[in-house]
Amino acid sequence: MSPVLFELLIRSIWETVLMTGASGLISLVFGLPLGLALVATDRGGIAESLWVNRILGAIINGFRSVPFIILLVALIPVTRLIVGTSIGTWAAIVPLSIAATPYYARIAEVSLREVDHGLIEAARAMGGNRWTIIREVLVPEALPGIVAGFTVTLVTLVGASAMAGAIGAGGLGDLAIRYGYQRFETSVMVAVVVVLIVLVCGIQWIGDRLVARLDHRG
Amino acid sequence: MNQHVSAGLTDPVHVQPTRLEDVVRLVGLKRRFGATAALDGVSLTVKKGEILGIIGRSGAGKSTLIRCLNGLERPDSGEVLIEGREIGRLGERELQPLRRRIGMVFQHFNLLSAKTVEENVALPLKIEGRPRAERMARAAELLQLVGLSEKAKAYPASLSGGQKQRVGIARALAARPALLLSDEATSALDPETTRSILALLKDINSRLGLTILLITHEMEVIRSIADRVAVIDAGRIVEEGAVWQVFADPKSEISRSLLGGIRPQLPSDIASRLIAGEGAETILRIDVAGEAARGALLSDLAVAVPGPFRLVHGGVDHVQGQPIGTLFVAVPGAEAAHLARVTTFLRDRGARVEVLGHVAGPV
Repeated sequence: MSPVLFELLIRSIWETVLMTGASGLISLVFGLPLGLALVATDRGGIAESLWVNRILGAIINGFRSVPFIILLVALIPVTRLIVGTSIGTWAAIVPLSIAATPYYARIAEVSLREVDHGLIEAARAMGGNRWTIIREVLVPEALPGIVAGFTVTLVTLVGASAMAGAIGAGGLGDLAIRYGYQRFETSVMVAVVVVLIVLVCGIQWIGDRLVARLDHRG
Repeated sequence: MNQHVSAGLTDPVHVQPTRLEDVVRLVGLKRRFGATAALDGVSLTVKKGEILGIIGRSGAGKSTLIRCLNGLERPDSGEVLIEGREIGRLGERELQPLRRRIGMVFQHFNLLSAKTVEENVALPLKIEGRPRAERMARAAELLQLVGLSEKAKAYPASLSGGQKQRVGIARALAARPALLLSDEATSALDPETTRSILALLKDINSRLGLTILLITHEMEVIRSIADRVAVIDAGRIVEEGAVWQVFADPKSEISRSLLGGIRPQLPSDIASRLIAGEGAETILRIDVAGEAARGALLSDLAVAVPGPFRLVHGGVDHVQGQPIGTLFVAVPGAEAAHLARVTTFLRDRGARVEVLGHVAGPV
């Protein structure tokens, strides 16, 4: 591999990490409260409101049912509004975040829903309000699942960010298509695949270690 | 059934309406779930410093009743007064400070797995907004009270069931409640652990003067620690009184049935041989309690009404320091006059006598 290509590879790795990290963080910041809202507003939840629950659910399902490649194109006006351009790494973060947020919200919802109802009742019996229940019971008790779900989301984002190459986002996927596939640079293709495997394994390993440390359920 | 059999049965002074020492007072509590009435007019009082046990089969309304006391469940009608304050119509926000006056212990412990033992114990104080130093000091004090100081930094998953319940009790006491609710606290524990947990509750009751209301389906629990018992069936209190009195003379079918496991019963092989008509022996059941059970009943009987009789089964138990005897006696021969003298003598001495039937040959 030539020094030029190597430099390109390094830059692509950084772009992929940036896209994955930034959109992952955004999906965590918005997805977790969304997941909490889904659980809280559901029947028997701490802020039961079925119509809010149904509307939230419908919006999430709507976003999740659109294939990412279509979302990528459809969101171009939104991206332009937020970032100022629809091309490049930062532009790709918008559709990636919008796709990952409802995805992560559903994953967080599953973990939060598994928290034993008896624990919520115990917190209520102690005189706790909704905020106490969220802060002391729901989130800490679901934390291993919330972290494990975040790991899954990050790994999914690594894959999805490759697709963002279609709008000139750069990153490893883009590199693989343009050099590895279109210019028959097999070494680039191999290097990209190896880097992706290492990246995904690394994320999963860190996630698993974190979950093991957080999980005290015995 | 009379649902207003209040504490007045055992303590005539107590028939008066709300007094300051009533920590809990329930008046005509009703709660329906669909077609079934979980509570169908429950009235009860719990005096300061006493342990009231509520017993009933599963589905009798116990859980709904105890959950009405801290507003986790709302009654359809009726009043819930805690320390003289009506809570039935309070909003969730107004209930929150009140719930801090009421500790609750759960059947499945409900400890937070992500928090250490001391953090679990200190949680009610954290909810109250107490500073960390105070919370930890109080947690340490309570863990010492329940004998688990060395587990302060452990997570609940590493504890045994009995240890978990001790943590649950410590947590319930953290905010210095006026009332402790125990929702089947020992039902998930083995008999030995059950005894130690009950002893702990009794100890807390006598040392701190804490009022305790517990629900259970086991008479053994009532017998071990309760001062008074209320029997609930199909959402109604069917019987209420001092524990030893209900043990000695259960008025309702459900009480007799719940007592079945721990009070002597006619052995089934004899029961199956009972016949209504003539037989070689007559089987009597003699129930005697309190003062009547302290005398030399059987030897006096032998002197007063000469003739043989045999003790077949039974014995004298002690509940709240009161002797409660249930004896099954076989009187040979079926001579009506002799039998009448025996029963009359026993009844005159304050015993309840029931002729269960006859057996053809000696048992």
